[in-house]
Amino acid sequence: MSTAELLAKQEYKYGFVTDIESDMIPRGLTEDTIRLIVEKKNEPEWMLEFRLKAYRHWLTMTEPKHWPNLTYPKIDYQDVIYYSAPKQKATKATLDEVDPELLRTFEKLGIPLTEQKQLAGVAVDAVFDSVSVATTYKEKLKKHGVIFCSFTEAIKDYPELVKKYLGSVVPTNDNFFAALNSAVFSDGSFCFIPKGVRCPMELSTYFRINNSESGQFERTLIVAEEGSYVSYLEGCTAPKFDKNQLHAAVVELIALDDAQIKYSTVQNWYAGDEEGRGGIYNFVTKRGKCAGKNSKISWTQVETGSAITWKYPSCILQGDNSIGEFYSVALTNHAQQADTGTKMIHLGKNTRSTIISKGIAAGKSNNSYRGLVKVMPKAEGARNYTQCDSMLIGSTCGANTFPYIEVMNNSSSVEHEASTSKISEEQLFYLQQRGISQEDAVSLIINGFCKDVFLQLPMEFAVEATRLLGLKLEGSVG
Amino acid sequence: MLEIKNLRAGIEGREILKGINLTVNKGEIHAIMGPNGSGKSTLAKVLAGHPQYEVLGGEVIYEGRNLLEMAPDERARAGVFMAFQYPIEVPGVSNAQFLRLAYNEKKKYLGEEELDPLEFKDLLKERAKVVEMDASFMTRSVNENFSGGEKKRNEILQMAVLEPKLAVLDETDSGLDIDALRVVANGVNQLFTPENAIIVVTHYQRLLNYIVPHFVHVLADGLIAREGGKELALELEAKGYDWIRTVDKGAGAPAN
Repeated sequence: MSTAELLAKQEYKYGFVTDIESDMIPRGLTEDTIRLIVEKKNEPEWMLEFRLKAYRHWLTMTEPKHWPNLTYPKIDYQDVIYYSAPKQKATKATLDEVDPELLRTFEKLGIPLTEQKQLAGVAVDAVFDSVSVATTYKEKLKKHGVIFCSFTEAIKDYPELVKKYLGSVVPTNDNFFAALNSAVFSDGSFCFIPKGVRCPMELSTYFRINNSESGQFERTLIVAEEGSYVSYLEGCTAPKFDKNQLHAAVVELIALDDAQIKYSTVQNWYAGDEEGRGGIYNFVTKRGKCAGKNSKISWTQVETGSAITWKYPSCILQGDNSIGEFYSVALTNHAQQADTGTKMIHLGKNTRSTIISKGIAAGKSNNSYRGLVKVMPKAEGARNYTQCDSMLIGSTCGANTFPYIEVMNNSSSVEHEASTSKISEEQLFYLQQRGISQEDAVSLIINGFCKDVFLQLPMEFAVEATRLLGLKLEGSVG
Repeated sequence: MLEIKNLRAGIEGREILKGINLTVNKGEIHAIMGPNGSGKSTLAKVLAGHPQYEVLGGEVIYEGRNLLEMAPDERARAGVFMAFQYPIEVPGVSNAQFLRLAYNEKKKYLGEEELDPLEFKDLLKERAKVVEMDASFMTRSVNENFSGGEKKRNEILQMAVLEPKLAVLDETDSGLDIDALRVVANGVNQLFTPENAIIVVTHYQRLLNYIVPHFVHVLADGLIAREGGKELALELEAKGYDWIRTVDKGAGAPAN
């Protein structure tokens, strides 16, 4: 079978649309749009202020089009619907009140939400277009003092915590997409782990875009108090549409003294078709602040979806002895483009960071790693280790590495290693000669290549990631 | 089991095999010898289905099937095995993981039950004895940072796990010291049964002291120039390949 035939066979199994009535606001973005969102969500005055400030700043900013290694047509921000929510009862005290159609949708996505079927050991916040529709295990977590709820609820129920931390890591004027998100974000998850608590289960949010015309602007805020620990997972999918949808999220993490946050993502937004029609524009700002001493923030991402990925999960290592980690697998196929990496900003003494990035490019795709390691004057004894490996499949794709290193303290050490390899015909033949099919052989080689990153993922996610990479690459060699 | 008829094959437009005829029955060990560039390794790779080699004519019948029409992985599942002259490294993939996948692919093909990782571990431990390999090899990445001798032993371990009907050993002796050679040869001998067949491709007679062939075929310039029993290998050792070349001319091998 030829490559083209195999590619045609490949299916994105999350590409279905849920037929559900939505409450949408008119397309376009003005101050009135923001007032309307605030009104829909019944938000307090301080949130309106926060949003308007961000919006006004956004108006003065320009889209970062000059530096990323990405090309795409101009986005008309007035043609986007900024709020779209499935129509349902305003409050949902129990899961029984959630629209069954929505429950079915999430079940189809492998995320059962009903009490009987809930995933053991993982609490899920399910976000559909602009709103959170259900959060599981909320009560159980509350017994441990852990707050896990939708952002909307957090604003209502924990305003002091939200006020204290919202925008404290990613300011409203940080960048074009972060400003846009701050102005119009509609929902997302809020996690708060109190002092000394080890969160008894994995927390996760599953994001689903369903509406072809609306953007998704989600906000996640995770606060880990002194000595606490939390592992958070994020997954996402969207239907297949010919048009592109905009997804501009902001994620902020705060770790106080001796706290640890482990944040894992498997990003599988619809990537568009072979010719690059449709797919999600994924413009995301993720940043964690190791505010306290001995704190640790670890990002693990497996990026396989989206037409365009623009994303740099970063760590500000403020507390002395704090640790930042970034483990990434970014896979692009067909016409996908990714410009992703991290920033490690060393402020405190003896801060350490590790960056392991694995980029895999196939088809006509373009895959760039972009990273910054910055050691500030007071970061005595800071250390960084960076390893960037790229693998090319076929001869029509591209891989680039843009590492930036700024060191302002000479007691620090920064190491950078990079490699580029190709899956060789000899390697494939060797595996095939042992009875392994070509697709499985590619999958095996890729999984071996990504092993160091997959080891960082929670078990279920690692299995999912392995399967996903195999699926995405089906037929890309030959 | 295997019937090669007037096989012609080459690489990048250059004809290397110019009409090979060879029949291999089960319970037989055949040695293919010949000087560098005579086409020995090409023959091994064509039998295994290496994508860079092009078949220009002739046919190969394996167990009643047209081998040349089968994909390399299908040939493998049907019982054709090649021990590589230069085994390939697969970073990040453990030997055990790789071998279990290969083993289960074959079981699936045969409609037999696949093994889970624990069951397979026991099987692997048992088979590893054939080449005197210890457990640490199973968790290491396939051939990565293996010494030359370890790589060759690993090839025979794979043969032990996959139990091929037809094994083609491509210069398995190259780069081995005498102790490693003995281990590898001993492993191959343990795996030889009246139900399978082995083709040993080698430049030197040395290996054939340990793996004793029933038939020896000497290749020169893409053709079988001479055939005989195991004593032919000894004669070659004594007289050198130049002897074949002169004989070849005198005998007037078929022209293309």
